[in-house]
Amino acid sequence: MPSALSEAESAAVPRFGAGMKLRFDQVRDAWVVLGPERLFLPDEHAVEVLKLVDGTRSVAAIAATLAEKFAAPAAAIEADIWPMLQDLSARGAVRL
Amino acid sequence: MSKIFPPPAPPVPPPHPPPMGLIAELTHRCPLQCPYCSNPLALDPVASELPSEVWLRVIDEAAAMGVLQIHFTGGEPLARRDLAGLVYRAAKGGIYTNIITSGVTLDDRAMAALKDAGIDHIQLSFQDIDPTENDRIGGYKGAFAKKRAAADRIRGAGLPLTLNFVIQRHNAGRVAEMLAFAELLQAERVEIAHVQYYGWGLKNRAALLPTRAQLEDSTNVVEAARERLRGKMVIDYVVPDYHAARPKSCMGGWAQRFINISPAGKALPCHAAESLPGFDFPNVRDVSLAQVWESEAFRRYRGTGWMPEPCRSCDRRELDWGGCRCQAFAILGDAGLTDPACELSPQHYLMAEAAAESAAPAPAFVYRRLGVLVS
Ligand code: SF4
Ligand code: SF4
Repeated sequence: MPSALSEAESAAVPRFGAGMKLRFDQVRDAWVVLGPERLFLPDEHAVEVLKLVDGTRSVAAIAATLAEKFAAPAAAIEADIWPMLQDLSARGAVRL
Repeated sequence: MSKIFPPPAPPVPPPHPPPMGLIAELTHRCPLQCPYCSNPLALDPVASELPSEVWLRVIDEAAAMGVLQIHFTGGEPLARRDLAGLVYRAAKGGIYTNIITSGVTLDDRAMAALKDAGIDHIQLSFQDIDPTENDRIGGYKGAFAKKRAAADRIRGAGLPLTLNFVIQRHNAGRVAEMLAFAELLQAERVEIAHVQYYGWGLKNRAALLPTRAQLEDSTNVVEAARERLRGKMVIDYVVPDYHAARPKSCMGGWAQRFINISPAGKALPCHAAESLPGFDFPNVRDVSLAQVWESEAFRRYRGTGWMPEPCRSCDRRELDWGGCRCQAFAILGDAGLTDPACELSPQHYLMAEAAAESAAPAPAFVYRRLGVLVS
């Protein structure tokens, strides 16, 4: 069971790193994140999160939206997406 | 969460997944003369360069095939007057556009034109953090100041900035200063890239290759900085193969992810492949990019079917794809052998011997020039 987020973590507002773009690729029928000399093929879960990253929604707000969409508890989703966002941040795809 | 995108019906497997990236070497012209330039010793003369119409066609074909990123490089891509037009076409086709430049000719006008064309990212290369050394290595007085100004222009245009520092024995001790400079400019990304020993780099190997101790120092500096700058600045680090135990996954495997087009239009699995004999590399003047991707030259070392031992039965064969074909040819005279950078190669000692030479005094550089005798 992943641990609950701190207040500061829930309030963090992720945004795309400079030069990072999420786009749908028709040829591969998949979402891709394109950036400075790198690209990521995010899995389905990451895609759901990345589609909500807009520089205004907080981690809590993203989790709330997904909770509604997938009828799951927001706290569990928050705990799931935080490590994912940290990983994306370490790779420069998002800023936290 | 799979409700949103129900899995599509299993598609008929295509011949090979489409390329991710197109490397467009627009020209071999460059105001600099770096002695480790990755261009071949025999540079394409300007008269042989592809005309704009062909590049535009290739870009359209790339977009249709599923190329996701295009890297405009050279030589100095800004030497081409049609650069902004090519960027525009690629951006319109949904391709992520990147320019790799030395920056000395990136003036206000060029920057504005590229910005209007929709450029996504510019990588600015430096030869050293010490201005005098920077200018000596590039063979261009005042280059450092111009690069510094180019960095400000890129920032001013609101674009993400990548600084690229090329590391060799004369500057390997200054990696910490390079990273501090990148931090000062608030670069999103920095490449600390040791020279790769092909083309001009191989010719100048004795003048460039760092000692193992120098390499280890630079690795330590990079690792400490990565820890400190996590989430703020991405640091990509490229090491030379000579002190390594295993080869790099060169280009993500021969013809697996990239197509490289030379200034004259030759389609190659990597920029160095032009040096390989016994290949009939297709030219984009004559064939489409889709034909290039399925050509004999591209299929020859694709995947694992071509592999000899020790690669054939090695559990890393789909991780490094047997290393670099061009290095196997350059060192062993046979592109179809295991990369000698691998400790498991029976000829690994050749790399180790060359690495040992790095302790000897450095000879003078042979500067990259059109018309230098190729030996
Ligand atoms: S390595 Fe130096 S000489 Fe070669 S293209 Fe780049 S800037 Fe020009
Ligand atoms: S034997 Fe071949 S596949 Fe195995 S590590 Fe060496 S180069 Fe890579």
